Amino acid sequence: MSKFKVNKTYKEINDKIRSGEVVVVTADEIVDIVKEKGPVKAAETVDVVTTATFAPMCSSGAFINFGQSVPTIRASQVWLNNVPAYAGLAAVDCYIGATEACLEDPLNKVWPGEFNYGGGHVIHDLIAGKAVHLKAAGYGTSCYPNRGIEKDIRLSDLRQATLCNPRNGYQNYNCAVNFSNKTIYTYMGTLKPKVGNANYSTSGQLSPLFNDPYYKTIGLGTRIFLGGGEGYVTWHGTQHNPSAERNEKGIPKTPAGTMWVMGDLKQMKPEWIVGVSLRGYGISLAVGMGVPIPILNEEMAQFTAVTDKDIEVQIVDYGNDYPNGINKNYGFATYDELKSGAIVFNGKDVPTVPLSSVAKAREIAEILKDWIQSQKFLLGEPQFTLPTK
Amino acid sequence: MKQMKKVLNFSENIAEEPIIYHLIADYGVRVNILRASIDPGKHGRMFVELAGEDSQLSRGLNYLERTGVQVEPLAQEIQHLTDRCTSCTSCVPHCPTQALDVDRQSWEVSFNPEKCIVCLSCLDVCIYKAMTLTGS
Repeated sequence: MSKFKVNKTYKEINDKIRSGEVVVVTADEIVDIVKEKGPVKAAETVDVVTTATFAPMCSSGAFINFGQSVPTIRASQVWLNNVPAYAGLAAVDCYIGATEACLEDPLNKVWPGEFNYGGGHVIHDLIAGKAVHLKAAGYGTSCYPNRGIEKDIRLSDLRQATLCNPRNGYQNYNCAVNFSNKTIYTYMGTLKPKVGNANYSTSGQLSPLFNDPYYKTIGLGTRIFLGGGEGYVTWHGTQHNPSAERNEKGIPKTPAGTMWVMGDLKQMKPEWIVGVSLRGYGISLAVGMGVPIPILNEEMAQFTAVTDKDIEVQIVDYGNDYPNGINKNYGFATYDELKSGAIVFNGKDVPTVPLSSVAKAREIAEILKDWIQSQKFLLGEPQFTLPTK
Repeated sequence: MKQMKKVLNFSENIAEEPIIYHLIADYGVRVNILRASIDPGKHGRMFVELAGEDSQLSRGLNYLERTGVQVEPLAQEIQHLTDRCTSCTSCVPHCPTQALDVDRQSWEVSFNPEKCIVCLSCLDVCIYKAMTLTGS
């Protein structure tokens, strides 16, 4: 006997997608449905809730196979538009990391550095169909005698190009402030002195892992929207920490779950994978991601009804604490408060600055909804879900 | 009442004259100083918004030129590249005049060039390079 009143399987939902009868709503829309009808009625009506996020995600990169040359080469060092790629793989494979800076970049020698071009921009340029200049050096072997090649590559000519992001879609992240007396430049953006602003990065109630806080439906094989194409969750992401402290709704109060995601670069669109330059910090990649949550039962309906008011974000000092490994928080702000444009902190109004685009996340949730409704996208049933401890 | 944005260039020999005082007191021009700088060689550059009746403005500008102030139109402009902008809104709190603003329903960022004082703050904080400076 199931403990739920509503019981649906992935197969039943996929059959509904195929027949066009599926009911899909976004994570924004499900909130009022559950409020009005209750979770059981909502679960009977709704089959899938779409979630999404669009924000810089440093732990991103792409595996690229650039094809052999004549004479053949065992590329041991590779540069793409002068950005070093890791070449310790096979003869003509490399991994271009999003945060790698181009060789002539002065980095932070002129402070704060501008970081105009790097791995994230290379990935964006490839997706945009631009030619990227490849330089490779080899040491020469009997089977691979070539010592060096240079050529322009385009995504359409490559045999394989796979986005592989070891950590994306962080379930909750810090709200960053700066207690010091100087402006600081961080991966959370520019932080003005004496708590001049508070920066955060999450799409709140639309964010994937807030809608499935205990990872009941997300795991290896979950099919997702990734950068405008279809991708997959392939593992739990690095730093996945399911045992973070949670509130009464199961929402973690500190950084918790993460997803390892992959997808075919050739399917992606330049508006959903964008190289970014964070002043004084470095290069990153803004990644558009959408995850469908199957409403298998009333519990999932209840989870997806999470609102911005339920989501608490810890306030962390990046001026002194974070760089010194001091684990301390200065209270919590709800995502609802952060979204209002200012929070009250120590009796003072502090402007809040997101790094995540709500407008873009909403667009992705709508696109994914449309894909499912128009039978273009079936749910992937995970082989196993993300670890819960 | 007419309004115009101008760049005023002061040479070193007039750097110590109370020119803006006279422009206001004697010619009735309303002056809003957007940005001002003076280099070690005493050359000054001031971005101003001037407002007043047609006659006040033309007499005022005439006075500036007589005094040796070089008056140029504000040629520098900030442009919002909407195809690069993702409406992340991180520029909004950094904009001192609310030229960059967000509709908190749609979460779309908008840019009103009329309100922009070309302070360049947005250029520093935009990670998508969606704000650019055009002109000289």
